[in-house]
Amino acid sequence: MDLSDIDPIKLIATLMVAATPLLLAAIGELVVEKAGVLNLGVEGMMITGAISGFAVAVETGSPWLGFLAAAAGGALLSVLFAILTQVALANHVASGLALTLFGLGLSALIGQSYGGQKPPPMAEVDLGPLNDLPVVGPILFGHDPILYLSLGLVAAVWAVLKYSRMGLVLRAVGENHDAAHALGYKVVRIRVLAILFGGACAGLGGAYISLIRVPQWTDGMTAGVGWIALALVVFASWKPWRVLAGAYLFGGVTVLQFNLQGVGIAIPVEYLSMSPYVITIIVLVLLSRDKSSAPGSLGRIFHASS
Amino acid sequence: MSQPLLSLKGLTKAYPGVIANNEISFDIGEGEVHALLGENGAGKSTLVKMIYGLVKPDSGGMTLRGAPYAPSEPRVARADGIAMVFQHFSLFDALNVAENIALGMENPPALRDLASRIREVSETYGLPLDPFRTVGDLSAGERQRVEIIRCLLQDPKLLIMDEPTSVLTPQEVEILFKTLQQLKAEGTSILYISHKLEEIRTLCDTATILRLGQVVGDCIPRETTARQMAEMMVGSSLKTPERSGRTLGPVALDITGLSVSSPTEFGTALKNLHLIVRVGEILGIGGVAGNGQEELLGVLSGEITTDAGAVKMAGQPIGRMGPTARRQLGVLTAPEERLGHAAAPDMSLTENALLTGVVRERLESHGFLKWGAARGFAERIIQAFDVRTPGPENAARSLSGGNLQKFVIGREVLQDPKVLVVNQPTWGVDAAAAASIRQALLDLAAGGAAVICISQDLDELMEIADNFAALNEGRLSEPRPTEGLSVDEIGLMMGGAHGMEVAHA
Repeated sequence: MDLSDIDPIKLIATLMVAATPLLLAAIGELVVEKAGVLNLGVEGMMITGAISGFAVAVETGSPWLGFLAAAAGGALLSVLFAILTQVALANHVASGLALTLFGLGLSALIGQSYGGQKPPPMAEVDLGPLNDLPVVGPILFGHDPILYLSLGLVAAVWAVLKYSRMGLVLRAVGENHDAAHALGYKVVRIRVLAILFGGACAGLGGAYISLIRVPQWTDGMTAGVGWIALALVVFASWKPWRVLAGAYLFGGVTVLQFNLQGVGIAIPVEYLSMSPYVITIIVLVLLSRDKSSAPGSLGRIFHASS
Repeated sequence: MSQPLLSLKGLTKAYPGVIANNEISFDIGEGEVHALLGENGAGKSTLVKMIYGLVKPDSGGMTLRGAPYAPSEPRVARADGIAMVFQHFSLFDALNVAENIALGMENPPALRDLASRIREVSETYGLPLDPFRTVGDLSAGERQRVEIIRCLLQDPKLLIMDEPTSVLTPQEVEILFKTLQQLKAEGTSILYISHKLEEIRTLCDTATILRLGQVVGDCIPRETTARQMAEMMVGSSLKTPERSGRTLGPVALDITGLSVSSPTEFGTALKNLHLIVRVGEILGIGGVAGNGQEELLGVLSGEITTDAGAVKMAGQPIGRMGPTARRQLGVLTAPEERLGHAAAPDMSLTENALLTGVVRERLESHGFLKWGAARGFAERIIQAFDVRTPGPENAARSLSGGNLQKFVIGREVLQDPKVLVVNQPTWGVDAAAAASIRQALLDLAAGGAAVICISQDLDELMEIADNFAALNEGRLSEPRPTEGLSVDEIGLMMGGAHGMEVAHA
């Protein structure tokens, strides 16, 4: 065993890649929950995004089209959830669980002929001399564009929720849907849009696994990241920057435990594999002790009575 | 005579099974304070919802300054200068004051400009308010100020107020009335809905009275007695509760030196609370909502357990007992929140009767429920308290607020309690039904029970209670006999007007 085999700079660069699927899914779910909807179908939407992105990228040869299709696929699956919960007024929890099961099955069906194939690679962003900077270069630059997109999304979600009228209305709908309705806001419309956004983000996160991180297709390859994303949103107290921190912590521990396995540390592999989940949740639980500020109407069915 | 601001002509709205509003017509003049009176279910709420664009009339129409007015949604109404302060505050607890106000405006300025405008308006009208405080931390009076300022920022022509004073201290009511008079002087019309007839007599220029969805009369409140107005609302003569001379017996329940923290985030902790209630006594506990009423009820009902000796019933420590054990002993409670706390909304009245009655009414044998007996018990409640419902198999949710209130109070009264604790027993209940609930409480006390009545309605407490104490920020004042207690003294016991130090400084 030799810990000096682990290169910290490379470790940080890879942790960002490892964390991106989780980050994308979680930031989407954060918006959904801020609007008062609890969509437990994140895992299903991710895996659907993973296969639709993979299939389109392979067929067209364009990873960009693949990601576009992944977002569309995730959003399309979330339409089902939106119809169930916002129109048919079905229970959020049951609908979300059904969505996950449905997504896992559907993706396996579509993915039958894609096993063992290689998707077209996505070019890294070339920032010229910036890439050659010592330490900072490999960490901050030379990643793929989707990773930057995910960071941009976190900043955008934060800014929109905090500073814009649109964000304020969204939070109001999630906080007290009856009051928002009484003031004349379109509760159902706002929620459906939030659900679609969450679906698209989850789809992107899934495709990031199948197109960049792994990259290939296997059944059930999202491996519970969608569930971690759900937990992350709660323990991050619905705050975008905490979601980012939590996702990178999770990514960091994941990459570190792989490296530790690589150098043959004397801890059973099972413990190492579970460590990212355990550590992320413990840290976030400690962080969220101050004040858990769940949106007031989270998961409640809205019925516009006149 | 000049043209009225808003005139309603033959407004009709029917829901399945009921005609909520039938051919309603009246005018609201410019700068007029117009009262809308009626019992629960008389159709007041439906009517104002039509004016505010939340509900569309089936037939009939409105004109605003002579032009046809048919708002399709609240924002159209707001754009035409109609603003509304809701009965159940339409505020967002987790957002701050400025954000809440921005949500009620069509084109709000940037938050910083808005904050300075809020300060400006709140000073002009004597309603101090910090724009950056979280609404969940505000008192009921302060929350109402948020709603009023939200309306005022839009220069309304007509301000609709639905039961605005039910949660305010007397001092806060006075401040509100000054604000409303100032608005009236500036030419704003006000449509004022309230059960409190004395308030209407001091404030309003004209009144329209609704009964069962129809206009049954109008009057000039200043020239009409409260009793006459009440009788017009009810359609028959009104019985006031009679209080017979009672002699107080031994201590039925006492709390000594109790301090507990609140189980909820925005709750109030109880601090060093002492309370004694005797057999045959009605102890009235006043105070503005959110000053520990919920917590006190929890401590008495057994939802919050304490040291065994902190709560004693006839000398027996019961502090550690849960609600069922206390019910067995005869300590019964009826909490304030009807849907979700006092009653399970989606369960039938029979099931709801069973939920609290199972112990004392012996509705269970060997673990099996006696449905027949439970149904009989529910029917007795419905009969005795004039609960208007097709039958006990209906869901609690389907009853109007006032009717459900009669049911949840009746359910406890009929179980022959030794100590009965009620919180807001007549909240949202019309004059006639409120009188019968109060009479039931008085009869109960005369029959040898001890009653603790937590209420924000001071008139109610003056009417039925023997002793009065006020809850203020989790502290209970020294109880005083209600006889001879003046409104000012009560106001001071309740801690005066919250946050008003600024205005008087």
